Amino acid sequence: MKCTDLTGEFEVLILPAPESEVSGGYTSDLLSDVMAHARQNDALITIQSHKNTVAVAALVGMSAIILCNSRPVPDDMAEAAAQEDINLFRTPDNQFETSCRLRRLLDA
Amino acid sequence: MDIVALGSGNPPLLILELLIRLKVREVMSTHLITATRRDTLRRIQNIMKEMRITGVPIVEHRRLFGLVSIDDIINALENGTIEEPAEKHMSTHMVVLDENMPLSLAISYFRKFSFGRFPVLNKDNEITGILTSRDINVALLHELTLELDRMETRTVTDLKTDDLHMFKVYHVGKYDFENAGKASTDIKRFLKNRGVAASIIRRVAVAAYELEMNQVVHSDGGTITCRIEPAYTEIIAQDTGPGIDNVDEAMKEGITTANEWIQSMGFGAGMGLPNAKRVANEFHIESSREEGTKVRVLIRLNEQKEGG
Repeated sequence: MKCTDLTGEFEVLILPAPESEVSGGYTSDLLSDVMAHARQNDALITIQSHKNTVAVAALVGMSAIILCNSRPVPDDMAEAAAQEDINLFRTPDNQFETSCRLRRLLDA
Repeated sequence: MDIVALGSGNPPLLILELLIRLKVREVMSTHLITATRRDTLRRIQNIMKEMRITGVPIVEHRRLFGLVSIDDIINALENGTIEEPAEKHMSTHMVVLDENMPLSLAISYFRKFSFGRFPVLNKDNEITGILTSRDINVALLHELTLELDRMETRTVTDLKTDDLHMFKVYHVGKYDFENAGKASTDIKRFLKNRGVAASIIRRVAVAAYELEMNQVVHSDGGTITCRIEPAYTEIIAQDTGPGIDNVDEAMKEGITTANEWIQSMGFGAGMGLPNAKRVANEFHIESSREEGTKVRVLIRLNEQKEGG
């Protein structure tokens, strides 16, 4: 699945790499945990809306971040995402609901 | 007190940039000392004396009604009206700032009007802070210090960079979340551009990032020294303190000394050192109160490892 396929499901904040592959998801608010366990091309489901999240996602090769609970997004996070080619989405749902929605999209 | 005046002379570009980038709400004092309309000027005079301030906004339910300045108090003392309520003598012709205004615009207000302070309102017309020239000076000094740190981080010692050879020293600042990840990103990019396997790069990136974050979160600052050779990547993280009391404990997953603020950002889960060790082929740590902490990680570029 491509990141463009997420655009119908979640609010698009910035889409610098629409063709990036999403092959799974990782749900966590602990960035060290993300570093340790997320896989390449996962989408990161989290409430951590700051630019360090982008750095972590980029370092482990994730393709997208989905911010839950309508978290406000600082400008420098969006800028970092644009720079690192990380697609940034947002949703009013919590992490559990968002994970379920991503699972359904991946299975569809 | 003097503040940077836009348009008079040529303020350095960096300061201009800061003035345009910073918003009033990032600079103002949010700890508000206020009085109500019914408070007497005597009471307000005492507040000024105790809190060492020269102006008190008159506020009820976050709504701003007026401002009593030290001039109003002096007038009241002269006219014998010091026991009267604030609402009779407060200034109601006020110039207020929008909290989302850039600082450059706010500064022009200081020049245009002869007030020492401006109340700051949000879009719902509620008072959210007060801005004095002191706030501006403090904020500029703070930002300039950060900027200096940043410039230091950018001045990377680049001794040798050809095919798969690199030697670089990155400076890492305490609590510098702004630049956190720069060293690891740079190292990762270097390896990626030279076609090193993704799984190996990922291990290097994890180790570099964890050591870098450890310095940001826990140390007084330090350096990340990275040496890349065709056979391996070596990362040495050396900080200037305060040292780890119990290294064995620090190596356990879930043990952390990070404070709540750091944890709320998703760091300080007590996984940094274990993560770095897990991805490394060689891992060594030493720490003392006197020398700070030194971690050496070596990752061989031609050898896969579980947990990458």
